[in-house]
Amino acid sequence: MLIEQQTAQSTPSQQVCKHCKEPLEQEPILFADHAFCCNGCQMVYEILHGNELEAYYEMDQQAGRHQRHRAAVDYAFLAEPNIVDQLVDFQEANRLKLTFLLPDIHCSSCIWLLEHLDRLQAGIISTRVHFLKKTVSVYIDTSLTSVRQVAELLDQIGYPPKLSLAGKNETKTNPANRRMALQVGVAGFVFGNIMLLSFPDYLGLQESGFQELFGALNLLLIFPAVVFSAQDYWRSAFTALKHRHLNIDVPIVLGIITLFGRSAYEIISRTGAGYLDSLAGLILFLLIGKWFQQKTYYYLSFERDYKSYFPLAVTQLLSDGSQQQKALDELEEGNRILIRNQQIIPADAILVKGEALIDYSFVSGESESVLKQSGDKLFAGGRQMGGSIEVDIIRKVSQSYLTQLWNDAAFKKKEKGQASQLADRFGTWFTRIILSIAALTMTFWLFVDPSVAANATTAVLIIACPCAIALSIPFTFGNVLRILSRNGLFLKNTHAIEAIQTMDTMVFDKTGTLTSAQQAKVRFIGEPLSTEQVVLIKSMVHQSSHPVSRQISEMLGKQTIILPDNFQEFPGKGIQGTIQGQTIQIGSADFIYRTRLPKREEAIKQPKGTYVKIGQMTIGYFKVQQSLRKGLSTLLLRFNKQFRLFLLSGDRNREQAIFEPFFEKGHLQFNQSPGDKLSFIRQLQDAGHQVLMFGDGLNDAGALKQADVGLVITEDINNFTPSCDGILEAKHFEQLPKFLDFTRLSRRLIYWSYGLALIYNIIGLSYAVQGLLSPLIAAILMPLSSVTIIAFGVISSSVLAWSMGLKKDDSDHFAV
Amino acid sequence: MAIILFLILISLVIALGFLASFFWAVKSGQYEDDYTPSVRILFEDNQKPNKNTDL
Repeated sequence: MLIEQQTAQSTPSQQVCKHCKEPLEQEPILFADHAFCCNGCQMVYEILHGNELEAYYEMDQQAGRHQRHRAAVDYAFLAEPNIVDQLVDFQEANRLKLTFLLPDIHCSSCIWLLEHLDRLQAGIISTRVHFLKKTVSVYIDTSLTSVRQVAELLDQIGYPPKLSLAGKNETKTNPANRRMALQVGVAGFVFGNIMLLSFPDYLGLQESGFQELFGALNLLLIFPAVVFSAQDYWRSAFTALKHRHLNIDVPIVLGIITLFGRSAYEIISRTGAGYLDSLAGLILFLLIGKWFQQKTYYYLSFERDYKSYFPLAVTQLLSDGSQQQKALDELEEGNRILIRNQQIIPADAILVKGEALIDYSFVSGESESVLKQSGDKLFAGGRQMGGSIEVDIIRKVSQSYLTQLWNDAAFKKKEKGQASQLADRFGTWFTRIILSIAALTMTFWLFVDPSVAANATTAVLIIACPCAIALSIPFTFGNVLRILSRNGLFLKNTHAIEAIQTMDTMVFDKTGTLTSAQQAKVRFIGEPLSTEQVVLIKSMVHQSSHPVSRQISEMLGKQTIILPDNFQEFPGKGIQGTIQGQTIQIGSADFIYRTRLPKREEAIKQPKGTYVKIGQMTIGYFKVQQSLRKGLSTLLLRFNKQFRLFLLSGDRNREQAIFEPFFEKGHLQFNQSPGDKLSFIRQLQDAGHQVLMFGDGLNDAGALKQADVGLVITEDINNFTPSCDGILEAKHFEQLPKFLDFTRLSRRLIYWSYGLALIYNIIGLSYAVQGLLSPLIAAILMPLSSVTIIAFGVISSSVLAWSMGLKKDDSDHFAV
Repeated sequence: MAIILFLILISLVIALGFLASFFWAVKSGQYEDDYTPSVRILFEDNQKPNKNTDL
């Protein structure tokens, strides 16, 4: 085997980069007998090779990711103690524990490498990866290393940490799940043991002495289940009654009380064995249902606010000319800060120095970047697309125009509760009927044969306990959640499912939602390009990581690449280099014409685009057009038949005509501020409509929160998404009508399962009203009905999904 | 027949012991991550550079 390895290594004409396995397009970089596509990949390999960590490449075939387009990040702010304090889990003496979010974790090699981090830096004591959450917890000795050094190391090996103003909130764990696990554990323990002790009674064995013993033990055992495990049901039922209405938990609690009361009476008075096995089973099944209903998406968060979008700190320029890192929270009016290329403006500010080209698309929906001059106001959340600029802060981060949105009442209102409206309405109706039947039974027997009255009445209340009914929604909708998430639509909870089923209006955002920057079309305007020109252009843009360069590169396809000499990139303006003696410039009109048109105003009058100048001649320009998402027209036409549609955009109405065919007159609004969008939704709701908001950026945050269902679309689930009820992966956009249909049809399945459950109830009631109910019958009926409903719910929803063509397996995603 | 009583009580005590260890396991965070350990277990220990000398 050693010989084989050596042969492979001695032929450096491999087709792929050793690190990222991508095909080598241009002259490869050689190092240690391997070829790499770029310096980034080679540097990572060098680090691993130097520390004997090459096993990284053996564990998973696609371990490395290409490093060509890495942004240079400055971790200097991690040297500030007060910033680090916001991130630290635990700190004392020389020890510190901190959890980093690493979106690039994607395979077993990643886990392996990250857990061997101690080999790469002295002072790292141990590291532990949580794969599903994509975090790594690092435990370090602060006398030997620092948080900043660890972050820099992670960045160097290709796993840059994602640090935002949200700080620890990005990586925190959820304690509520623990309590539920304990409750289920206790319920299961109680159920198992009580069943065991109840067996003799089923089989009719009557050993005196043991009957009382088992009865006493059962009574003792049931307490933890009733008091601890069933806690949430008691709380919910009493809260409802206090507010004078009924929900599905009221008849459940009624059943629990009756079961317990009657059983206690029977056991203490030695007249029977009681129904504690049914009670324990009831509590256990209900809890399992609740467990199944909660779907945990480890990596997604439906709770993000603007803090997750902003960085932790910025570079402040002090009056003496020095620089210092300042935490975003501490920014004050009058602070002067430095913002570099691709960085986000943290708070409303005034441009003081430098050329600003701001991309507001995520924040306001404007699709084109805006050029700003000294003295202009810049708004928080915009991204600088040019060189470094200096700005003076005019408002604190939390008081800025955009972040003010989060002060709106829509964000203060209590979480739309977990309670199911459908189940609660049914519960109300059901309780009334059951109580009537119980009352009738009691009156009947009091007249005919009083000795049977107590038996029959309590039997009615016992058998009528809506266990099966309460399991229907958790299992059916829980399965729907899982099916949808396998297909690319991640809904937050079953409440979102119900809201989708009852909505009648859809409101769309435009930029980034119905249009996609990633699918943008690039056209060249000018004389058709010759092959030689194409090669020259491709060679140039291939060197730049600017989004427009990448788009042009992609459009030109695979070409020979010649490495330019004297390549220079002027951020926000253009690129320049020499190939085979010819100077090539590609960039904005301003950039190209500056030698011929000294006046800036004249340059701006040229049509907007990315110009190409080879030698002395400007041969034309590339125009990037936002394109509509694939399948948009079909989707909108489909939805038009089912719902009222509106379009609210923060952009100017340049492209209005494209959207007009799909919306009714007056249903298109442009230049909408985030606040405008929120108010619009509110108005619709006040008029009695149930609204679904479909958006993507921070400017939709208010509307998403206010709407009955807020759906966010994203190209990459690793990206920031504002707080919402559901996330849709952009590549599944065309299937949205199918997803919504599936969700809405599943409501019918619930109706069917309720019918099924009622049949069981009727059978049971027929025994109960005659006073013929025995613990054995109850013990059979209850689990039987529960299992039937569970099976029906899960199987029918899966069959429905299959018949609609939805995917069954997780082939696309990795265990989210 | 007293032996049955004895056996039942012992089994209850043991079952309680299991419940207690379940509580401990949940509280100490063992269920926080139920995926990564399955990958971690397949790693080989401490690969040193000289391991191929015998081949």
